[in-house]
Amino acid sequence: MKSKALIVTGVVIFFLIVLFPFWYMRGKAAPVPEVELTPKAKAAQKCVRSTEYMKAEHMQLLDVWRDAVVREGKRIYVNPEGKEFNMSLSNTCLDCHSNKAEFCDRCHNYASVRPYCWSCHIENPKEKS
Amino acid sequence: MDSSRRRILRLFGISALALTTRPVLNAFAKEEQTTGAEVVIKEGAKSLKARQWAMVIDTRKFESEADLEPLIEACHKIHNVPALQNKNHEIKWLWGTHYHNAFPGKAARFLAEKVEHRPFLVLCNHCENPPCVRACPTKATWKREADGIVFMDFHRCIGCRFCMAACPFGARSFNYRDPRPFIKETNNKFPTRMKGVVEKCNFCAERLAVGQLPACVEVSNGALAFGDLYDPASEVRELIRTHYTIRRKQILGTEPSVYYIV
Ligand code: SF4
Ligand code: SF4
Ligand code: SF4
Repeated sequence: MKSKALIVTGVVIFFLIVLFPFWYMRGKAAPVPEVELTPKAKAAQKCVRSTEYMKAEHMQLLDVWRDAVVREGKRIYVNPEGKEFNMSLSNTCLDCHSNKAEFCDRCHNYASVRPYCWSCHIENPKEKS
Repeated sequence: MDSSRRRILRLFGISALALTTRPVLNAFAKEEQTTGAEVVIKEGAKSLKARQWAMVIDTRKFESEADLEPLIEACHKIHNVPALQNKNHEIKWLWGTHYHNAFPGKAARFLAEKVEHRPFLVLCNHCENPPCVRACPTKATWKREADGIVFMDFHRCIGCRFCMAACPFGARSFNYRDPRPFIKETNNKFPTRMKGVVEKCNFCAERLAVGQLPACVEVSNGALAFGDLYDPASEVRELIRTHYTIRRKQILGTEPSVYYIV
């Protein structure tokens, strides 16, 4: 029982350290990023799927595309509206979204994810040609 | 004491059960979403098909390394193959070599002069019994059932190089360095590779998918033929029927799909 004071102090210090970041950053949530669309993306009006779907599921979509193209040799995607797309990150997605820094990166940085798609896929097919 | 412990355990049990219900419900919800939208994934209408793609190389039409250059150039350019000068780091999809390197075991001490000096085009043979596929621990390389192409999934390759050790033809190259700075002119339609993956000729699968023949065949002025090995009416079968052809290291039993007219 003698060490009660010591234990209480220890617990208090522990909580202070753990909670410090929350206190320090209180009310300062990082602003939700605004992504920019290229004129081409704007003109198209609609992506392969709805904006909500793309926001939430684009990584799953790309995963399905990759497996279909690489593993099964199927390269055409027909969306629910019946429109056909070439399932290609380089030639379809990045053709419209050729502004990686203002489009992909803004959200990825906010969400702290670091996809390595661009180690191989060329980021803005137009500019570098 | 005992009864309270039992109560706590029961509480834990119920909580655990409650926690597992959410993902299950979520899964159901998701299924509904995806089945609602009708998405179709299919092959392109123009894609070329075969049971086993094969190539016939008429070596009589190549006299010097310079004759091979346009073919190699065409292949390496569209596939973003880097030009590394260091022999140990070199990346090759298509290249030329001497008869006695291409066909060891078939080279006699003295050879016909024209064969001795002729360069031989070599590439991945898309073997029918590919040892590289058996060696790969991740299925990053495999034989496509639809058309017999021995394909690479660069996403999945872990760079262990077992396939390179297994391939008796040296058809595979490893990226010891980031290849991007060494690509002279980037083809934006095709990805590059990254450090740490293996690459090789893909029989131009991306061109076959849109109805085009391989790039090297296209620029060869008829010296290279491409077609289905199992279609008796195909151009490759016609050439094999009417010419004496040999294959590389046939004795190893990998069943190469590249035939050479000597
Ligand atoms: S040539 Fe080598 S890499 Fe190509 S399929 Fe045969 S064993 Fe595999
Ligand atoms: S280097 Fe890549 S393709 Fe070759 S065996 Fe290893 S994982 Fe498979
Ligand atoms: S078939 Fe295509 S990938 Fe293979 S060597 Fe010829 S051009 Fe290159």
